[in-house]
Amino acid sequence: MAFPVLYALGASGGAGPPELEMPEEATECVENTPLMQANHMDLLAQWRNAVVRDGEREYTATTGQTYVMSLTGTCMDCHDNRETFCQRCHDYANVSPRCWDCHVEPVGN
Amino acid sequence: MDESRRTFLKGAGLTAVGLGCGFPILDAAASALQGGEREQDTLATQWAMVVDVEKCLADNVRRACTEACHAEHNVPDITERDDEVKWIWTEEYQHVLPDQVHGGTPEATKTMPVLALCNHCDKPPCVRVCPTGATWKRDSDGIVMMDQHRCIGCRYCMAACPYGARSFNWKDPRPFVRTKPNGEFLSDYPTRTKGVVEKCNFCSERLREGREPACVEAARSVQGGEGALTFGDRSDPESEVSRLLRERYTIARKISLGTGPNVFYIV
Repeated sequence: MAFPVLYALGASGGAGPPELEMPEEATECVENTPLMQANHMDLLAQWRNAVVRDGEREYTATTGQTYVMSLTGTCMDCHDNRETFCQRCHDYANVSPRCWDCHVEPVGN
Repeated sequence: MDESRRTFLKGAGLTAVGLGCGFPILDAAASALQGGEREQDTLATQWAMVVDVEKCLADNVRRACTEACHAEHNVPDITERDDEVKWIWTEEYQHVLPDQVHGGTPEATKTMPVLALCNHCDKPPCVRVCPTGATWKRDSDGIVMMDQHRCIGCRYCMAACPYGARSFNWKDPRPFVRTKPNGEFLSDYPTRTKGVVEKCNFCSERLREGREPACVEAARSVQGGEGALTFGDRSDPESEVSRLLRERYTIARKISLGTGPNVFYIV
């Protein structure tokens, strides 16, 4: 009787968080990893508004390091594979941001 | 009813009435402070372009301009007129400058090819009607900007623009954008998506890097295209654009509408 329930519990092992391919060269992101995991969308929205609306280009991180605010330039420079980084996690979280409807994905990686 | 609640409601009601009376006065004070419409002369920079119509008569000059622009901004090449997307394009003289055409204008002049693009007006009507603030006139240099993230595709701006300088994406533009043999786009400038309006941005992304607009550079690189398009700061009296405006007789499109175009024509 309990078989279907127990079986489902046993089989659910594969539904953990997805394995993301991290950049090999770079060791640190613009901000620390927990913050990026939780708030990268806010940071990107902030960058978008700063660049498009206010014409600003430089972002000063909490470490004092400065970065050019650019999705295709800065983010994708390290995270060069959208499939194995962005998409894998977005599929898991069931979100579909529309960045790549317009922004051009770097090819040849 | 509880006495303190009654007192509170009475007070709240009176405050609301008081505020209601006060708002018109506040409004008037606010608009007085703003001092009416901003004058063109207050801009530190106002990018402008002078088009030499005669030098742009050669097909290859105009084609070079349009192609350079399309490559720079990943503009789709859609051939159906209803769906086409234009940033800088060729139009007949009688349609670009209709108030210059009269009964005595020769047919050859009427049908003469002229380059047309967004005029980056001093008082852009497209900006006035945009309900989301997706298009605005940039204070720093007078470019009429587009924020594709905010465009909801209502096309009010297209109705407002008297120059037909705006295009709507009726379909996904990506299949119509030119690519390199390996499938890569010619530029990493974001393409647009179905359902948004786009137009010339005076190459704001190039100006940021100190480069001149793609069309201007392209015109110069073509034989006979030297001086066909001149780009510069109109608020700087020393600029080439200011010099041309001072020394040559120039006209602009539909000036009677009061939009204050910043693209000028030497005919």
